[in-house]
Amino acid sequence: MAYMHIGKDFTPPDVPGKVTGRIKYAEDYTREGMVYARLLTSPIPHARVIDIDASEALAMEGVLGMLTADDVYPDGEPQSTGLKMLTNEPTLVGEPILAVAAVDEKTAETAISRISVTFERLPFVLDPLDSLQPDGADAYNGGNTFVFRQGFAVEKWTSDQVASLRAGNEPTAEPQQTVEYGDLEAAFGESSYVYEGTFTNAGYPHMSMEPRSALAYWEDGKLYLHGGSQSLTAFADGIAGVIGVPKEDLVFVNAATGGGFGQRARAGSIPVYGVPAKLSQKINRPVMMRVTREEEFTIGGARQGLTGWIKVGFKPDGVMAACDLWIVSDNGGKGGGADAYSAADCISVLYQADAVRFRGTAIGTNTAHRGAQRGPGQNQIAPIISPILDAAADELGVSRFDIRKINTPMTGDVGGPQRTPFTSAYMPETLDLAAEQFGWEERQSRRRRTNGSKVIGLGIGQGYHNAGRSGMDGIVMMGPDGRLKVHNGVGNLGTYSYASTSRAAAEVLKMPWERVDIVTGRTDLHLPITSPQDGSNSIFTNTRTFYGAAQDMLAKMKEIASGDLGGTPEDYDISNERVHQIADESVGMTFGQVAARALELGGKYTGSSDLPEELAEWTQISVSRLAGTAFMGVFHDPRHEGNPPGFTVSCIEIELDTETGKYEILDLINVADSGTIMHPKGMENQLVGGAVWGIGLSGYERHLYDPQNGMPASTGYWQSKVPTFLDTPVKIQTGWVDLPDPENPVGARGVGEPAQGSVSAALTAAISDALGGHIFGASPITADMIINHVAGTSEDSKLLAQNNFRG
Amino acid sequence: MNQKLTRRRFIKGVIASGAAATTTGAWYSATGQDRPSGFVERLIRINVNGQTRSVDVEPQETLASTLRYKLGLTGTKLGCNRGECGACTVLVDDTPTYACSVLTHSMKNGRIETVEGLESANGDLHPVQQAFVEELSPQCGYCTPGQVMAAVGLLRANPSPTREEARAAMAGNICRCGSYDSYLDGVMRATELIG
Ligand code: FES
Ligand code: FES
Repeated sequence: MAYMHIGKDFTPPDVPGKVTGRIKYAEDYTREGMVYARLLTSPIPHARVIDIDASEALAMEGVLGMLTADDVYPDGEPQSTGLKMLTNEPTLVGEPILAVAAVDEKTAETAISRISVTFERLPFVLDPLDSLQPDGADAYNGGNTFVFRQGFAVEKWTSDQVASLRAGNEPTAEPQQTVEYGDLEAAFGESSYVYEGTFTNAGYPHMSMEPRSALAYWEDGKLYLHGGSQSLTAFADGIAGVIGVPKEDLVFVNAATGGGFGQRARAGSIPVYGVPAKLSQKINRPVMMRVTREEEFTIGGARQGLTGWIKVGFKPDGVMAACDLWIVSDNGGKGGGADAYSAADCISVLYQADAVRFRGTAIGTNTAHRGAQRGPGQNQIAPIISPILDAAADELGVSRFDIRKINTPMTGDVGGPQRTPFTSAYMPETLDLAAEQFGWEERQSRRRRTNGSKVIGLGIGQGYHNAGRSGMDGIVMMGPDGRLKVHNGVGNLGTYSYASTSRAAAEVLKMPWERVDIVTGRTDLHLPITSPQDGSNSIFTNTRTFYGAAQDMLAKMKEIASGDLGGTPEDYDISNERVHQIADESVGMTFGQVAARALELGGKYTGSSDLPEELAEWTQISVSRLAGTAFMGVFHDPRHEGNPPGFTVSCIEIELDTETGKYEILDLINVADSGTIMHPKGMENQLVGGAVWGIGLSGYERHLYDPQNGMPASTGYWQSKVPTFLDTPVKIQTGWVDLPDPENPVGARGVGEPAQGSVSAALTAAISDALGGHIFGASPITADMIINHVAGTSEDSKLLAQNNFRG
Repeated sequence: MNQKLTRRRFIKGVIASGAAATTTGAWYSATGQDRPSGFVERLIRINVNGQTRSVDVEPQETLASTLRYKLGLTGTKLGCNRGECGACTVLVDDTPTYACSVLTHSMKNGRIETVEGLESANGDLHPVQQAFVEELSPQCGYCTPGQVMAAVGLLRANPSPTREEARAAMAGNICRCGSYDSYLDGVMRATELIG
């Protein structure tokens, strides 16, 4: 289909501000009378605050006030997992206990040094399997696990059960959760190759480049909060509740966010934004809370670590018959997510196994708080399953490409334990395109070729994430100048989705892009509710809403024109910013004239009546404030059917040095099926960014804790080792199949998360290939692990350690 | 917290007393602003973006702190404030320099350039900035000013680098969004624009 905007490159309006430094992040703002907050955080992994003596600090000149958990939770702290604004019951090092505001940070920090906090030390634990031991410590006050709607509970295994899993055996304990479909036993019975083994995925921090600094002040009863989030209105909607301010009294200012990879999507993961808000209310001054890198390590959250056992069976022709997955999730100090279940879901979707069983138990540890991080679950399992597929292929005499093609999902298939149908699935085409562009077949002759201590490894991998939601709202406005204003609440974290989704509205109204303004960046510009910008959903979800809002405006344009110029709305069409009769284009009105007429007519044309009934409360507030000010198109998106998947396929060639354990990525391609491509350069960015994250997941990233004191040992960039320019290839190739999804008006779906998983899968497969097919069953695979393997030294992988080195 | 307390002594102290202040890296101890060491001139002149600026500088204030909080040049970002990420990169006498890791007092004779100083008088973007726009190099943009300055520094020293040379020269700048490939596309495009 020939589009005016869809599939074309453009410059999102915030890009010049990014290259000139003009765009403002939360910490770049100042406010007259602004004072500074600093946090006192827990130095102990698990404790209870017995006493806080702040008398000396509060008497200091320049100190303006203090905020404690007792202030923010006057009825007591919520008895659940999840981060709190401040706490008297820290369950990880670095958790905020109290905050002090002072005229400058020097004074605030000096004051904090004069506060004496008496802690009661409580036993702590760093590894979920240690906590499962009969005498293992419990991470939380009240247990080592949290059961939905029931509260804290204690989960213990026998020592033999723990030892058996550590020795590589199927867990025999009762899981907290079991989900399955198909006849597992029969499917394994049909299998001629069965792999069985344990694995670990290390947890690691998000390490967004912009720390979660925030500025808050109150004016005329309204709270103005400057912060960074992935999801402008969805985040604001939630943080109002966290802070306890009515939605209509919160103005969230967030023009740009310095990176968000899951933990900036929802308000519950950044309750600490409430600290400057509450302090500001208490002392009646604007409060800036700057967050250090070390604090960001804690506040920013981490990926769940998984300790698992997997058994996969393949039929003689390479078809995946069965997958049995048992995972102990490391939920960290504040509860985690559903990564483990998503891992099983991912295997079911990507490989269409006849039978899948997932069993899981989630256990807390006194380590980083966990939550969604780019492809939570899907991406941890990607590097684990890929070398297993290769081993099956080699064993069964099927090519490594063919085993993926044989098991591929496609349109018409279902996936996951819920057996949800895909809206569309172009994985076969994606596999073909990736292999062709990479020259996968031609490169096979280079496989395991050696040059001194160096050896070539080839890997192919697939990524998946469900990539679309619905049920959100859209608003477009137009004044007598005829410019289209897209009120867009999608956050600006660097995907440029806020701009790409706006182009769906421009497309409907055939507006030149230079005549379109995106209204965004702060919620007092009256923006509709959107889905949180996580789960790779923004493109699918919000092209639906803005397309719908523009369709509403288009229908109203035709009504107005036919009312004034005669005929029926069906007699009219639009072109060149005019609505005109189809039969006689000279009979018509400019968009500006229609907008002016809409203002005269009022009512539904300006959002004053006949609104969609299902609009979210947040959108209703925005619409009520915009009503009567301009011509309005407004839309509530009904639900869609099925699972819109985001798929990627990656191929990698590496040269691995068996003497150093290091490798160079010689070539890498990342190819997507994400429906119709909205914005090619934005798409490329997601694919190369995902690739870098995949390299980090497979090769480098893990956080570490000192087992003696529970102190985090990797709070900085170099200790957590995020990939740098030199860890990534000189050039990353990208591609896409660009086939439309029927459940989206422009055919688009998301892609951000799978873009990491496929690269991680391919890189791990390439490392395994270079080492003769050795399966580490781990992410990351670090240089020391490779050297140990080559040297024939024990990897100690059976110990399945979390939050520390393996072994 | 006592700024002189080392982490090791601090941990030992915590273990001994069961009471502690904070484990958090202090903002001002990182920027070094509260350690007077004898007489140091406070009002100094530094050359920023071609202009001489008089500024009241604490004895151990970092350049990043001065630029951001005294001169309002917030284009220079702080990603780590401890020499790990490159977000604060500025040019000092054409050399890419971590502004979080040099003291403003050591800059009295230096020619400092920040991202705000790159546009021409008529508002045209610097070729590196223009190339980064054209190649959509930034994602979240937080590392971008540092990447821009590192690239400008590179191209002054080597106007026509290979992609490999550019990768090596930019290696002191982390991009958590992983936009490295797009930044390298931008650097190579800039070499064309500079001609
Ligand atoms: S802020 Fe200076 S290197 Fe990170
Ligand atoms: S663009 Fe986000 S850190 Fe580089």
